[in-house]
Amino acid sequence: MSPLRADLAIIADNIAPGGRVLDVGCGDGALMAALRDARGVDARGMEIDPANVELCVARGLSVIQGDADSDLSEYPDASFDYAILSQTLQTTMRPDRVLEQLLRIGRKAFVSFPNFAHWRVRLSLLWGGRMPVTRLLPVAWYATPNIHHVTVDDFRALLDERGIRVEQAWFLNGDRETSAAAANFRAEHAVFLLSRND
Amino acid sequence: MGRPPRAFATSPPPTPPACRWGDGRTLTRRLLPPNSPPTMADAAALHASRRLRLTQPLALDSGQQLDGVEIAYETYGELNADKSNAILVCHALTGDQYLASDHPITGKPGWWVRMVGPGKPIDTSRFHVICANVIGSCIGSTGPASPAADGKPYAMRFPVITVRDMVRGLVGLLDGLGIAQLHAVVGGSMGGMQALSLAANFPDRIRSALVIASSARHSAQNIAFHEVGRQAIMADPEWRGGDYYGTGKGPEKGLAVARMAAHITYLSEEGMHEKFGRKLQDRDAKTFGFDADFQIESYLRHQGLSFTDRFDANSYLYITRAMDYFDLAEEHGGLLANAFAQSKARFCLVSFDTDWLYPTAESRSIVHALNASGAAVSFVELSAPFGHDSFLLDVPALDRVVAGFLGA
Repeated sequence: MSPLRADLAIIADNIAPGGRVLDVGCGDGALMAALRDARGVDARGMEIDPANVELCVARGLSVIQGDADSDLSEYPDASFDYAILSQTLQTTMRPDRVLEQLLRIGRKAFVSFPNFAHWRVRLSLLWGGRMPVTRLLPVAWYATPNIHHVTVDDFRALLDERGIRVEQAWFLNGDRETSAAAANFRAEHAVFLLSRND
Repeated sequence: MGRPPRAFATSPPPTPPACRWGDGRTLTRRLLPPNSPPTMADAAALHASRRLRLTQPLALDSGQQLDGVEIAYETYGELNADKSNAILVCHALTGDQYLASDHPITGKPGWWVRMVGPGKPIDTSRFHVICANVIGSCIGSTGPASPAADGKPYAMRFPVITVRDMVRGLVGLLDGLGIAQLHAVVGGSMGGMQALSLAANFPDRIRSALVIASSARHSAQNIAFHEVGRQAIMADPEWRGGDYYGTGKGPEKGLAVARMAAHITYLSEEGMHEKFGRKLQDRDAKTFGFDADFQIESYLRHQGLSFTDRFDANSYLYITRAMDYFDLAEEHGGLLANAFAQSKARFCLVSFDTDWLYPTAESRSIVHALNASGAAVSFVELSAPFGHDSFLLDVPALDRVVAGFLGA
């Protein structure tokens, strides 16, 4: 099996064994399978693409075809130890509401997203005057599923406003972890572990 | 639901008279006086199916009980030593136990032969697959055409049964076969209702449940279509209050109309348009009469007529009634999630985007309930052009989901 994508590997390494996990936007189920096989986690998934759901079912995973914007309300409160949203936040209609749902369903939530304030993106806009097309943002503006670009600082501001606590954060450059210092400028990608303040 | 339209016949093939209901009530032969001449179809029907007689009377939801229940069934693939590889496939409204072997009356291949067999998604080289005729039906299991205590057919004296009663019969069969727990129960349409009912009422009997194009309750629209069918049968003077057995006739016209109406609900508007459009049947112009000018008319008439060869009108009344009464939430205090509170099984639900009989929303509400009860559940809505009948037809994505879920 191919190794996990860097942000997924961080999430996998930081989930306590034996818990219950909901992976929202679980794709082909790579993270879920890793959590189940390596950590004995009871993993459930939601995925919008039926072809991906098929792949997950064939892996013996329990995955529901659904849309993060509309279908998370079906899950009961606090029914999972962790809710995971990896590289999906910026594709949702209302990222703030999805975030609230994640922390309603899960006691904690992992959220990862590409940082729109990374220096390459900034340069692209500054010098080229065009919407950036980068490794993590590979699709042109008119076709991209990323309809709500977000920066590390934007995300932190939303968390403050909604009273959401950052338990831990990781920043990535390529596949390598980078320091939290000046992350809004230097990180291509961010992973946050969140919980409610109360 | 029931048999898929295998190939569209532009002109209906002639029906062999030997197996018409009106000509000898083939499937109720054992009820007829011994001097009645046997037919080919009879012999096949009598010997083709295995049959198990339940040792206990069946206590029904109506409060009545059914004695001496017989369940006709077929199996495919070997049962392993610890009896852990059994899969029960539940059939739809007009289905039968001939899942992957030829139907003795129609001679047609089994209704799910594309799905069940060696190396197929329900792999008989790995699993022992059981399919039984539900009680109330007419293909060998106890139903309205079966003899009551007085030796005469029950007809309308047969008790009204429910989907849960059908499942009680199936559990009786599993007991008789010594199978404590199924690897899986699988069903489409009414078969899916049985799978859900088995999961809810006998949670220890299954490790997984695969529910395709089904619903946890019959909607007003579902009931309405069934009522049209029942009224068509009852309006046929040959129905005679259900006492037509042994008369050499039966409410074939009414049953055919019921089937025609129901068949429309199994297809999608889009699929029907694509297949038939406004094309005329074997003619160049409209006849300005009421003959079957249009291909769709000819097709439906053929579907209706050929159905009467293999199905008993009273069974149609009883089984549609059972489906109309089905409301899994109602059985469990009004909350569907309660139905699955005891279940440790894995679930997989599949719906089709063109199925307007049991639309995706019905499957979603079941998934919602399973989620609420913490069950391990998968769900996918597949795209297929064939409407409700998609579960019986060529939908490769369904094959992959079935194989993946059962094999995992």
